[in-house]
Amino acid sequence: MTELIRYTAAETAAAVAKGEVSAVEVAQAHLDRIGAVDKKVNAFLHVDTEGALSAARAVDEKRAKGEELGPLAGVPLALKDVFTTKGVPTTCGSKILEGWIPPYDATLTTRLKDAGVVILGKTNMDEFAMGSSTENSAYGPTGNPWDLSRIPGGSGGGSAAALAAFEAPLAIGTDTGGSIRQPGAVTGTVGVKPTYGSVSRYGLVAFSSSLDQGGPCARTVLDAALLHEAIAGHDPLDSTSIDAPVPAVVEAAKLRDVRGMRIGVVKEFSGEGYQAGVMQRFDESVELLRELGAEVVEVSCPSFTLALPAYYLIAPSEASSNLARFDAMRYGLRVGDDGSRSAEEVTALTREAGFGPEVKRRIILGTYALSSGYYDAYYGSAQKVRTLISRDFDAAFAGVDVLVSPTTPTTAFPIGERADDPMAMYLADLCTIPSNLAGNAAMSLPVGLAPEDNLPVGLQIIAPAMADDRLYRVGGAVEAALNDKWGHTLLEEAPAL
Amino acid sequence: MSVKNLVSYEDALASFDPVMGLEVHVELGTKTKMFCGCSTELGAEPNSQVCPTCLGLPGSLPVVNAIGVESAVKIGLALNCEIAEWCRFARKNYFYPDMPKNFQTSQYDEPIAFNGYLDVQLEDGSTFRVEIERAHMEEDTGKSSHVGGATGRIHGATHSLLDYNRAGIPLIEIVTKPIEGAGERAPEVARAYVAELREVIRSLGVSEARMDKGQMRCDVNLSLRPNGTETFGTRSETKNVNSLRSVERAARFEIQRHATVLTDGGTIVQETRHFHEEDGSTTAGRIKDNAEDYRYFPEPDLVPIAPARAWVEELRAALPELPRVRRARLQAEWGLTDKDMQSVLNAGAVEPIQETIAAGAPADQARKWWMGELARRANETGTELAEQPITPAQVARVAALVAEGKLNDKLARQVIEAVLAGEGEPDAVVEQRGLAVVSDDSALGAAVDQAIAENEAIAAKIRDGKVAAVGALVGAVMKTTRGQADAARVKDLILEKLGVSA
Repeated sequence: MTELIRYTAAETAAAVAKGEVSAVEVAQAHLDRIGAVDKKVNAFLHVDTEGALSAARAVDEKRAKGEELGPLAGVPLALKDVFTTKGVPTTCGSKILEGWIPPYDATLTTRLKDAGVVILGKTNMDEFAMGSSTENSAYGPTGNPWDLSRIPGGSGGGSAAALAAFEAPLAIGTDTGGSIRQPGAVTGTVGVKPTYGSVSRYGLVAFSSSLDQGGPCARTVLDAALLHEAIAGHDPLDSTSIDAPVPAVVEAAKLRDVRGMRIGVVKEFSGEGYQAGVMQRFDESVELLRELGAEVVEVSCPSFTLALPAYYLIAPSEASSNLARFDAMRYGLRVGDDGSRSAEEVTALTREAGFGPEVKRRIILGTYALSSGYYDAYYGSAQKVRTLISRDFDAAFAGVDVLVSPTTPTTAFPIGERADDPMAMYLADLCTIPSNLAGNAAMSLPVGLAPEDNLPVGLQIIAPAMADDRLYRVGGAVEAALNDKWGHTLLEEAPAL
Repeated sequence: MSVKNLVSYEDALASFDPVMGLEVHVELGTKTKMFCGCSTELGAEPNSQVCPTCLGLPGSLPVVNAIGVESAVKIGLALNCEIAEWCRFARKNYFYPDMPKNFQTSQYDEPIAFNGYLDVQLEDGSTFRVEIERAHMEEDTGKSSHVGGATGRIHGATHSLLDYNRAGIPLIEIVTKPIEGAGERAPEVARAYVAELREVIRSLGVSEARMDKGQMRCDVNLSLRPNGTETFGTRSETKNVNSLRSVERAARFEIQRHATVLTDGGTIVQETRHFHEEDGSTTAGRIKDNAEDYRYFPEPDLVPIAPARAWVEELRAALPELPRVRRARLQAEWGLTDKDMQSVLNAGAVEPIQETIAAGAPADQARKWWMGELARRANETGTELAEQPITPAQVARVAALVAEGKLNDKLARQVIEAVLAGEGEPDAVVEQRGLAVVSDDSALGAAVDQAIAENEAIAAKIRDGKVAAVGALVGAVMKTTRGQADAARVKDLILEKLGVSA
């Protein structure tokens, strides 16, 4: 029998439902695994042993009473530390929230609990989700389980690493510019950014409100779909939440048939800066889709080259306003409050000590971009670019069902390599950002190792807004074909920890 | 600068032409806050009406209060504004400890209502049109109390207390276009505008607009320009002027102050000013050199608001009669002179009188009680007329008892006092205190006989035809019955006994 930690979420749920294993045993196996490897990986900022075991016991009791269990009941999950959890610390990877215990659960947290999902703890991330390597965490970097000296991607590096290290079969990420997909790509896991507005942001600590979207992370496409269905759906507490039925993603993940689908290869996502091995695996994936019966065409989206600069005006602008509330008055860190200083001085000292350099860089950038006299040139122009990008997508989707590209131009780079070069770091999100700006749906799934460094490569699939099911249909078919070809899943090639 | 050292008001106006802008904030009377479900009830324990959203906790999100939007549209329509077909909220970014998110969710270049006007009536009966620039929705801040200093201001305080109960209460900010051409009547126009606006808001039922409770707050922006010139001078912004009288005084003081500075060859600094009730003066606050940058941008956590045209028209059709129209109608119905109507308005008696009439009382009776006894009491206790512990229905019942002859004027006053003292409904008071007028002939007979016996000389005069002398005997009967007799019936009985026909 496969060890419990290697079960997929679907297998775990089935085993718990049948009584082959108890939810408590499953939770304990994962807690033990975390105890054994997380000192090396540093995927978790907080492990909620008691909360996890108590949630698992509740599932077992429910089963004992003969009550019906949901499709993910008893399955452990690693939650990115950007969602509020009542009574459990939430730091967003920042010193400024050290010690804060939220008095309320995010809608997503509530849905997970209602589904009987067992939340193991909170995962490491770039501070306030700003970064592509998890090096910007105030609590130290996370290692990539494929090579602990390399980055696991970011900002959700903790969630992706937890999956790849078999510390949890499911995880939650948030994707503002690629923070679910890029970590998925460099750790050989599956990550989905659902359509903007399909997963509630209530209780998601905002980085950039118009771009942030919570989503599922898993080791298989089907597991991601099961989690997607558990967390998506209208929430009256989030005004930007879409009031429409969630696309049938689980059904689509099981279909494994892309015959007749039209797939567009985005011409702009190739060339200089793209690693040869990444392009090789990408080209093979496109060939595979053709073999599976899809029609592949090349598509041009000329505005995509403007996406990165537009993103780095919009996201910091919103962040400069969203992060203004961290002022030492009501919660979190407070520095210099010795009775001799004014509120303004305490706020300034706290923000100086509590925010890391990347967060400060973006607050300053955003404050500048929104300033009177600069607003039109920066924020205003970036919004126009956003419209152009949406139009490029609309034009492309008029002719194809989905678009594909590499998820990120390179495989995992060594920790420290780009830490002092923000521009190089920002390029990691080159292919993922357009979907955030347009608000549509996108997935990254593993399609092999780059021959030159034996590190995972991700394939990005992009679908129109509210057509998230197409991601799972294509992703499920590619995953099944590759696993057949390899005779095992990609993660089985990862080194032991 | 005290009032004494200023150029006289007349001299100021001889050289300068005032231009005003009035910004009024109205707290809406919605049950819940603008962006969350917390109660808006005043007077609760500090920080007892808060939630993640109005405290700005990380991760919280706003949801727009539909009644808040409806109220804003109603106000816009009542002020003859255009209603936006599509508008958004915007974030106004600045740091202050009583603002939980360090941005205020407001509206910027896309207000829900714009381009309107309000006609106000001045004391001489003429009408002045104040043009409205915009009315927009926003949220209130929390409240800071500065402790340890002498003045309650932050200067000299040892620490501050923050109460977020008010944070997130819906506000409508109504901004006028520059008010030009009011000349020496500028202060009067300012007062009349705020008073009329308050009436409009109350008539719509969207807020009580009590200035003394901070539900309506006014900023008076004022500048002077030399008579005969067009370009506006530099303005001052006198903040939080919170009574009608203060609005007028603040405008007057600023006219004199600006004139004094300008006459001396000085320049006006663009700044905020604090108004002082004690002597009607203003003192300098913050410098506003237009460098203040709120970095407005559209609120990404909220979706745009697009009031459907059909809905707007529905609201327009359902608007109540506006105060100015209603006042003219009531004045005619009640048969009042302009002066009497003005007193009724000043006493805040329109509503109570109208409701008393609606409860069945004749207009003159309703006005008599509210403008007499009750207005006096409100004045003495410094309370609002409408808040006296007596209802229009109760006043109407007292008037009815008088009309039925069950009470006379003197007894009616006693009943009113008893109701105010909490002794219950008028009928119950009459019953318990035994105040009913005595008109029972047998009960009165003895008193009449006694009065005739004790005043033989007067009785003789009456028998001789001097019927007018009957008043003295009636008075005697009233005295023995402690005022409870029906005077008309007493007179008849006396004349009957003395064999004289009236």
